[in-house]
This record gives sequence, C-alpha cells and structure tokens, in this order.
Amino acid sequence: MLHRNVLSRIAPVAVLISGIVLSSGVRAESDTYFDFSGKISIENRWFPQTNLYPHQSRHSSGFVLEPELYFEGAEGWSFTLVPFFRYDSADSRRTHGDLREAYFLLYGELGEDEWELRVGVDRIFWGVIESNHLVDIINQVDVIEHPDQEVELGQLMAHLTLSGEWGIAEFFVLPHHRERTFPGRDGRLRSGLIVDEDHPTYESSAEQWHTDFALRYSHNFGPFDIGISVFDGTSREPRFDPGGTIEGLVPHYEQIRQFGLDAQMTLEDWIWKLEAIRRSGAQNLSYEEDDYAALVMGVEYTFYSIFDSPADFSVVWEWNYDERGEDATTIFDDDLFFAIRYALNDLHDTDFFFSMMQDREHSTNVLFLEFNRRLTDQWSMNIEGFHLLNSDEKDVQADPIRRDSFLELRLNYNF
Amino acid sequence: MKTIDHCLGRRIFSLPFAFCMSLLLGWSLSIPVHAESAEEKGLRIARDADARNHGFGNYTAQQTMVLRNKHGQESHRKLRVKILEVPEDGDKSLFVFDNPRDVQGTAFLVHSHKAGPDDQWLYLPALKRVKRISSSNRSGSFMGSEFAYEDMTAQDVDKFTYRYLRDEPCGDLTCFVVERVPTDKDSGYRRQLVWFDQEELRAQQIHFYDRKDTHMKTLALEEYAQYLDKFWRSGLMTMVNHVTGKSTTMKWTDFQFQTKLSDRDFTKTGLKRVR
Repeated sequence: MLHRNVLSRIAPVAVLISGIVLSSGVRAESDTYFDFSGKISIENRWFPQTNLYPHQSRHSSGFVLEPELYFEGAEGWSFTLVPFFRYDSADSRRTHGDLREAYFLLYGELGEDEWELRVGVDRIFWGVIESNHLVDIINQVDVIEHPDQEVELGQLMAHLTLSGEWGIAEFFVLPHHRERTFPGRDGRLRSGLIVDEDHPTYESSAEQWHTDFALRYSHNFGPFDIGISVFDGTSREPRFDPGGTIEGLVPHYEQIRQFGLDAQMTLEDWIWKLEAIRRSGAQNLSYEEDDYAALVMGVEYTFYSIFDSPADFSVVWEWNYDERGEDATTIFDDDLFFAIRYALNDLHDTDFFFSMMQDREHSTNVLFLEFNRRLTDQWSMNIEGFHLLNSDEKDVQADPIRRDSFLELRLNYNF
Repeated sequence: MKTIDHCLGRRIFSLPFAFCMSLLLGWSLSIPVHAESAEEKGLRIARDADARNHGFGNYTAQQTMVLRNKHGQESHRKLRVKILEVPEDGDKSLFVFDNPRDVQGTAFLVHSHKAGPDDQWLYLPALKRVKRISSSNRSGSFMGSEFAYEDMTAQDVDKFTYRYLRDEPCGDLTCFVVERVPTDKDSGYRRQLVWFDQEELRAQQIHFYDRKDTHMKTLALEEYAQYLDKFWRSGLMTMVNHVTGKSTTMKWTDFQFQTKLSDRDFTKTGLKRVR
C-alpha cells in the first residue's frame, strides 16, 4: 500500500525535475514548491612546514560546489537532491564528487502518532559531543574533505521514523557500504603509506552490498535529551593489515555490532553531555578481536551577554576514553579536550572558536582555531588553523602528520 | 487566569499582547475601579487581553527584518514563523530562516512553558544536526537584531507582575499605560511600560528598561490588521535601541490563521523536515 503510494508519487517528481522551472516563488499551502539553493566555496590551504613525504606540496587551492534542489508536492511529500564536487590542485584524490543527498520524504499520521519515511541517499547525525563523534555511525566520513571527521558521505538507506508522546523510534535498512576516503600520494594529512582505495577487503562475502541494520530510540523530557541506538553491519572504520600491497595500505571492513548511548542535560547556563558505545567484532591495533567500550563526557558553560555586550562566551571541557588504551584504533584513547567559543552575535554572526586536545598517555597536543564571519547577505568567510603543537613518535596516529599543521581560508558564496 | 497567562505570556510581536491588553482594558472599564489597586488593575488588563487572543489555534507568517547600525548600514533577515497555540501550556513557535543565505534552512523551535524554563532546539541543516540549546540566553540578541530572544518567544503571564499607571493619548487614540516587571532572573529587563489603545487593547508602544533601569529600547507597533474578525496583528514593528543607536524594523506579511499545522510540526522530527 505504502509502496504503491511511493511509486505513484515518484512519477510527477521526475517530470518536474526534468523540466525544472528556475524560479522559486513564495510558498503557499497545498501548492507544489521548488527551491534551488546552495553554496560555492573557494578554498586555500597553506602548510608552513616542509613535507615529511615526497610529492606532498606546501599549498593547495580548490573550489567546492554544493547545490541543493528541493521539490515538494502538494500533499507534502518531497524530494531533495544535494550533489557535491570538490576540485583540489594538490591531491588528485581530493578532487572528488559525491551524492550527499537524494531522497524522497513521505510522512503522515498514524492514530495519535506520526510516521515518516525517507528513501534514498541521506545523511544522519547522532550525538552531542564536540570533540568526537562516537555514537554517530550511519554515514561514512569523508576524511579527505577534512581531518576532523565532521563531513560525511551520502548513505543509501530506507529510514522509517515513528514518533509520538512516547518518543521517537527510528529503523534503518542500509543496503550499501561506502569506503572511507583518504588522501592520495600528493596529499598532506596522511599516513606514511597511502591507503589503497581500489582494493578494500570485507569480512562479509557480500562485500559492500551487505545489508546493515540500525535502530534508535530517542526522547526528551524536562532538561534531558536521550538516545539509545544499535547498529549491526559493516564497520565504517577500516582496519589496516600490516604490510599492505604495492599500492599501499589495504583497508579491511569488518562486521561489527555497536550499542550507543547519547545524552544531554541542559540546565540554564550548563550543558552536560555524554556519549558511550560498546562495540564487538572489531580488531584492535594488535590485530586481536577485542570487544570494547568507549565513552566521552563533557560539560559546556556559557556566559551569556558577557561584559554587557550581546556576545556569548562558552567554555567546553570533554574527556575521551577508550578502554583498549594503547590498542585503540582511534586517537581518542585517553584525551582531554578544552575549547572556548566567542560568539559576537553581531550583524555578521562573527564567532571565534579555539580548542586544544591533549593526549594523556602521549605528549601529543593538537590545537584548532576557527573564525567565521558573514560578509554580505550572500558571501561569508571561514579561517581555520590546525596545529600539532607536539607529537609523540610513539603515537602512531599523530606522528605521520606531525609536519602537517595548516592554515585554511575559505570564501563562500551562498545562494 | 488563562487570560492573564496569555496576555503577558505571549511574544510581544505576535500581538497577542496587544490583544491581551485590549482585553484587559475592556475588562477594567467594565468594573468599578475604586476598590482596585493599580497592581490588580494591571493584572486584570493582562488577563483580559490574553483571553481575547484565545482560540487562534495556529498561524504562519513571513517576517522581514531590516537591521540598521548607527552609521545607517543595513542588513536584512528573512524568516518564516509558525505558531501553535497550546491551551494548557505555553505556545510552540518555529522560526525558519531564509536569509541571509548562509543560514538558510536553519530552524529554531521553542516549546514555551507556563512554569519553568522553555525548551529550545536549533536545527543546523549543513550538519543535519538538531541541537538542544539553553533558554537562559533570553536576553541575547535574536539574529543580531535589536529584538532579544525573550521578545520573540512566548512568556508566561505569571513571569511578570503588573501595575496600571495612567491613561495617556497615543496618536489619535487614548492608551492605558501599564508597567510590567519580569520575575525571571534571566530577563535582561528590569521593567517594561506598555501602551494599550483603549479601543481594541492593542499594544501601541513598549518601553524597555535594562537592569540598571535605563530606558534602553522602544518598540513601536503599527499597521494593525484584524484576522478572522477577531485577532489583531501588527504588520510593522520598529525597535530602537537608544543606548547603541541601532534599530530593527520587522515587517510581518502573509498571515495565515488556522492552517493545517499540528503538534507534529513542532517536534524534533518535524524540525528536521522543515523547509
């Protein structure tokens, strides 16, 4: 029944998309609606220190196209299309495209409750923490875009949401797996051996077409926002076999199960945050299967309208812990994160962000600086600085990028 | 009780305030005044105005803001506003930003409450992330404008105390002047003075006094129109900050009352769907 509805609704969309009318008018109820928006960015990155590996350059420049098309039918269903393309002058692998989003959205009532179905390519974010996205697992990260792992690749899925007074229940069917992106030979911010993206291996014989499942329940009551989740399927985080091939390190994607918890308590000027996972089925850095738990907790305090100005000043503190310790496959084995954010709340939405991550086991110390400002109604700019203040040669995650501190300037045209 | 809650409890620019006030006026006129203190009269006005705005159900509107600094430089904001009346509690409000383009698609959801702090969430479309945010920034600027969050979102009547001051001419009309004092410690205001016209009990002007009791801002409400033969809404609000010399003009258009909006449009799931 539902299926037939979906199909009968796709046809008019196809017709509309093919004959796109490039004017987006004012919206009225019970009317079709089309919107074309997006962002074009010009970006430059400078690496002040000389390269550690041959072929890497000191500078890269490029541009990003990220248009968004949205069509809404009279009955409220919609189709969203967000393609993405980046050109990078230094690393041919960083020149890449992706389908960030391409999904149909339908929703309706179910007695007192509501259902919503999204089918296609979409991005899903779970979590509350600033320094690390521990619980977030539906999408693969586009590491080549940014080493902070905040940018995600589009993921093919069917995503059903049921919601009511009792909370929000979400069901995901994920039929396809995306490989993580990594810098190429000429790129900075990479490991000594480059990652061979063309020959990944999988634990499942279905390889990248293994069907993964995920469930999430979330609810909010009073000051609390809480989510619990489970994921069963192909890990988004690859393991690398020792040695590798002539082309480099070969990523191997295992079958895992992960239980997750994310919680936030918002109490006046204080925000308390927690994310925790329990993952089984993955090997650790010593190539032993190691079921483990990891957590990150933190607190954020904001001084609102500081110095009688409209500006807000926030202080964030977070602690990342992974019980595998030295065998952890991520950099967050036992790390303290401290950050400040100064938001001017002015006409230009100017804000500064500064953070520091300190590994408690190693002497690795990472600084990150960000400045954002709107220039006009359509132009905006960002400046980012990343600096490895100190790196421990025993820290296998951080050591290869010890000379890759960078400064980035981005100019965006939003339309 | 409900009237009062509504009157004072509503966002100023949604004009329920004006309604409320007009209600209050009507009420106060119909009742002998002698035994009544100024506080009682103020409270009655607030309750009355609140009652008048009862039953609007929901509405949507377009909002265009022009922000000006003291050098005359201008910046524009465009957003859509959706309001749902919640009879037993505070209203639910949804603001969707269309302009500036870098924040396009960002949405701000507020569940206001009669008692206790409001619940607020922000949807950031670039990250596809719904973020719960604190409501203790009530005195902070809304989108860099001269309107504070507390001017934009519903406030419960019980969060103020009232005092009727005097009658005074306001333009071609005669107004009641009522003082209201926020009881919320997070409010940026020590007190506010509200001018209600005696004809329809619409707020015509509001003076805002900061915590040091300096007359900080003045809001003028103009171009009133009546919807569904009952509900008055201002189409033009101008907030002037006397301390900084900055001002914000907020134009309201395309009011639509009693649309298909329901509770479901004001949930975290609905927030992610917003366009």
